[in-house]
Amino acid sequence: MTAHEPVPVDGNALAGPLLFLTTTDATTTVMRCVTCGRTDVMAHARVYATGVGAVARCPGCDAVLVVVVEHPAGTRVAMPGTAWMSSGG
Amino acid sequence: MTAGSSGWHAATVVGTQRLTETARAITLSAPGVGGALPGQHIDLRLTAPDGYQAVRSYSLVATGVDERVDIGVDRVPDGEVSGYLVDDLQVGDQMEVRGPLGGYFVWHSDDVAPVLLVAGGSGLAPLLAILRSRVAAGSAAPFRLVYSVRTPGDVWYPDELEAAPPGVEVALLYTRDAPPGWPRPPHRITAHDLVADGFSPADRPDVFVCGSTGFVEGAAALLTGMGHDPARIKTERFGGA
Amino acid sequence: MGIVTRGFGGRRPEPEKPLPPGQFLTEDFPVLSAGPTPNVDTDDWALTLRTEGESRSWSWDELLALPAEDVVTDIHCVTRWSKFDTRWRGVSLDVVLGDVETTGEFVLAHSYGGYTTNVPLEDLLDGKAWIAYEYEGEPLDPVHGGPARLLVPHLYFWKSAKWVRELEVLDTEQPGFWETYGYHIYGDPWLEQRFA
Repeated sequence: MTAHEPVPVDGNALAGPLLFLTTTDATTTVMRCVTCGRTDVMAHARVYATGVGAVARCPGCDAVLVVVVEHPAGTRVAMPGTAWMSSGG
Repeated sequence: MTAGSSGWHAATVVGTQRLTETARAITLSAPGVGGALPGQHIDLRLTAPDGYQAVRSYSLVATGVDERVDIGVDRVPDGEVSGYLVDDLQVGDQMEVRGPLGGYFVWHSDDVAPVLLVAGGSGLAPLLAILRSRVAAGSAAPFRLVYSVRTPGDVWYPDELEAAPPGVEVALLYTRDAPPGWPRPPHRITAHDLVADGFSPADRPDVFVCGSTGFVEGAAALLTGMGHDPARIKTERFGGA
Repeated sequence: MGIVTRGFGGRRPEPEKPLPPGQFLTEDFPVLSAGPTPNVDTDDWALTLRTEGESRSWSWDELLALPAEDVVTDIHCVTRWSKFDTRWRGVSLDVVLGDVETTGEFVLAHSYGGYTTNVPLEDLLDGKAWIAYEYEGEPLDPVHGGPARLLVPHLYFWKSAKWVRELEVLDTEQPGFWETYGYHIYGDPWLEQRFA
């Protein structure tokens, strides 16, 4: 069987897992990357979602912005690479 | 009806329709799920008897009826969930749905700007919902759907697309095999395929691109290269190639 | 647990030997990654072993010159799939760690691309771990961790760090990437240690 390069989806895929965090919508949440300073919506993040967890990376520099783990005690969201998040205008 | 923890609602399959050799449309009854906007998706959760769970996101192919979930699923090679949904699932089967989800990749029927929809394969799904809602709302916004598929056998809802009403243009692009006599030889989408009167950068259309990650990034690059404003281009990537 | 869906998960191969709890057998080799595949040229590749007292490195040629062995082993992913009798070739960590002197008991593995995972030092010794550079008789594909990955098959496979570039020996246990976000610090599949 040919091994396939894992291809990321985008932050649209995190709308469901991040439901508990916001009463609005996660895909339009604006984030600033700690590493390169790029500011962009969650929908544009490159999301590697593999079953172990989902890793959302900066579309500019690939740094890890957000990590989502479906822990049995509840969905766990870490934002190690995000300077801030905003609901936008 | 209240959702279970984390927003999951019980859903029952009430209808299926074979779309192509590898794709099927599925209709679910999902009490508590409603208010979907065209372009949104749901998450589907399947649980095996041994407790193993898999979650996948599927775009709604139609909106406007609360507690009714319509999705289109393409079988992915070795896909454990898509294989089940396309080949095994039956009316009466139960699963769980979360949603509707996503506020970014959405079209509002009171928007008046021209809309350019660019679909790669099963990426048609949310764009079809957008197109259907334009028709249902009686909107006069000019619409153009550019729909790239491998072969004629891969087209979803060919009759519906052929009967598109005035104000809606549909352009089919074949990448591998085209019908006999088709004026455009099979090849991947190019900038030329995205040129159309009324949908040029100067017309400032809202653009929605959906398909595999490779298709979306290629098409988005073509669009920005032609001069379309990146801020007016919305993308949804399905992964894959 | 959610609503059980009739017929889902029904087409799995039957195992001929016991599986750890909660696992199912696969004949595939799924690719799970936390990011893009790093593009590492063997001309630039190096493996570094860092202890409190020293740091030593092997180039690609030096790695290949170390005694290597063929390994046949079962692997178990925390996402529930297991694969029997996978075939690898690589250098035992007994050789890599050979004569190193350290009081450290814990290892943090670092990968090209930024991934990390932690393993107790003794879980890398006594024939339990390798730096693997061949899979099924072929050079290890980058999507599966090539040029070389850590192979620690007695623990869940997230501990077998792809694209390994450094083993850092520490006095205290330091959680790696997934361990930080809630996965088990040790990860024994037979005790079903998936989450902390």
